[in-house]
Amino acid sequence: MDSAIARYIFEKMYAIRVFEEKVEVLFAKGVLPGFVHLYTGQEACAAGVCANLGPEDYITSTHRGHGHCIAKGGRLDRMMAELFAKKTGYNHGKGGSMHIAATEIGILGANGITAGGLPIAVGAGLTSMMLKLGRVAVAFVGDGATNQGTFHESVNLAAAFKIPVIFAVENNQYGVGTRFADVSNGIDIVKRAEGYGIPGVMADGMDVVSVYKAAQEAILYARAGNGPTIIEMKTWRYKMHFQGEPATYRSKDEETDWLKKDPIEIAKTRLKALGLLNDTILNEIEANVQKELERAVEFARNSPDPMPEDALTDLFA
Amino acid sequence: MRIISFSQAIAEAQMQEMQRDDKVILIGLVQRDPYGSAFGQTKGVSSKVGTDRILDMPISEQGYVGAALGASITGMRPVVELQFQDFITIAMDQIVQQAANMRYMFGGQIKVPLVLRAPTGGYLSAAAQHSHMLESWFAHIPGLKVVLPANAYDAKGLLISAIREDNFILYFEHKKLYDKKMDVPSEPYTIPIGKAAVKREGKDITIVAWSFMVTKALDASMILEKQGISCEVIDLRTVSPIDEDTILKSVARTNRLLIVQEGYRHSSVATDVSALVAEKGFDYLVAPITLITAKDVPIPFAPVMENFVLPQTQDIIDRVQLILNLK
Repeated sequence: MDSAIARYIFEKMYAIRVFEEKVEVLFAKGVLPGFVHLYTGQEACAAGVCANLGPEDYITSTHRGHGHCIAKGGRLDRMMAELFAKKTGYNHGKGGSMHIAATEIGILGANGITAGGLPIAVGAGLTSMMLKLGRVAVAFVGDGATNQGTFHESVNLAAAFKIPVIFAVENNQYGVGTRFADVSNGIDIVKRAEGYGIPGVMADGMDVVSVYKAAQEAILYARAGNGPTIIEMKTWRYKMHFQGEPATYRSKDEETDWLKKDPIEIAKTRLKALGLLNDTILNEIEANVQKELERAVEFARNSPDPMPEDALTDLFA
Repeated sequence: MRIISFSQAIAEAQMQEMQRDDKVILIGLVQRDPYGSAFGQTKGVSSKVGTDRILDMPISEQGYVGAALGASITGMRPVVELQFQDFITIAMDQIVQQAANMRYMFGGQIKVPLVLRAPTGGYLSAAAQHSHMLESWFAHIPGLKVVLPANAYDAKGLLISAIREDNFILYFEHKKLYDKKMDVPSEPYTIPIGKAAVKREGKDITIVAWSFMVTKALDASMILEKQGISCEVIDLRTVSPIDEDTILKSVARTNRLLIVQEGYRHSSVATDVSALVAEKGFDYLVAPITLITAKDVPIPFAPVMENFVLPQTQDIIDRVQLILNLK
């Protein structure tokens, strides 16, 4: 890692944090229609992985997708406009929070179906392999997705054909309101890699340096034509499954423990200790991101609504 | 011209498109030679164009249909095959929630140049899990186009059109048609998707059918002709979108409509065609619109029961006579 990458990582992590905090407020005020699933607390996962990707590489994301989109280079203004259901949003108001896509920078969509993006990422990797493009595809999923059949099918396909895909599993411990350990045999997801004959790496999902290193190795391995890796990142979402969900299933002690491992604070400490960033740079990044976020909200607020008849466009090419 | 079978026409269309465009790839079970797919629909293709772009898959329908989708939105033009249409239930999320929604949901950012082929239909004692006609399910979903060729000539032209189209096409091949032979041009040609064909002109009644039911309708029409009854047979070829003009123009001439559908009646293409003519062609009609469909049970194994459940040529003859007050 060099200081440019460290800067990229911290900028994206901080942008995710403040973007989600702003969305939380706007949603609570009733400004944003629909539903939102916030990524707060998991910033190290998206940023640590995406810092290893270029704009031509692909990702697929989940219902909790704002963080992946920002980390992959998504513009805050067009994302915010999409959440505002405006015409200027990435999807022109047709997708919303759970479907933001920006294909020009390889974001093949957030996905409202748990594990729905996995085979699509395998297909994107297949294109790269067949056309010898040297690109990789990262399928971001949560622990919940790993108990869907699609997870098995996708990992098997990628392993069988050595397709350049990284299965980036963010184990935030809960599928909706159920603990992963209560609906699986309590075995680390990463151990499944052995059964597919592919590498599996456990990273600390709250420590961006740990995630970055694990992803770097997996991505270089995939680019070299060796096939997929499963990365498991243990993490914790600060918010509930969706905004408005009653907080009934996680204890205060659990929360206190995880909040001690705040990924933003850990990133500051680690990146400073590595001599890659200092307080002056951190302050400058934070100030710039705050300004960008304010502009994004203004842009979204001032953007036009779609016309009702726009609903009839974009079905077929 | 030379005489080739329906399955050979399908193989030839894929081979010629692969030779024309190196982004065209085949994904499915046992696609490569010597197997060449379950009914020979890819026979000879890998021997001609090589195996690099023909990927034999594990039995993993959701995984490989989704992978074909991912490849299609990133630069390839996959033709993905299910060994039987019945197995489409396993891949429904990738078809209905992902592929059909994707372009629209992303605000038009991507194209989905993807064809999904699958053998469909009954009359083979294949029983309940290998005899489905599910085209009506997919006609229900915006973002999908659904094609069912009824002969080898149409099979080739429609498949070439489907492969060249930048949208997701479901292309269902009736198993009873695979061996049927006819003149098919050896060079590539296209047939427009969404356009029906009048397969037989007549003046007394319009029979709308598609897939294997076109054969039954034509067989019945020949018998009825000897009784002095003139049937017009329309092959829809595409059940979504439906070619409304061709149907309405025909009914305007014949004033009577029979729809023959191998699949189940409720919430189906047949009921849609009926609604179309009731709404837009009511004044043309001198008799009630009538439908022949499968009976509402899973497809049974025993031939006597299967034949009872599925539409037969004699059912068409009887119904036409009834509508024309000859019975």
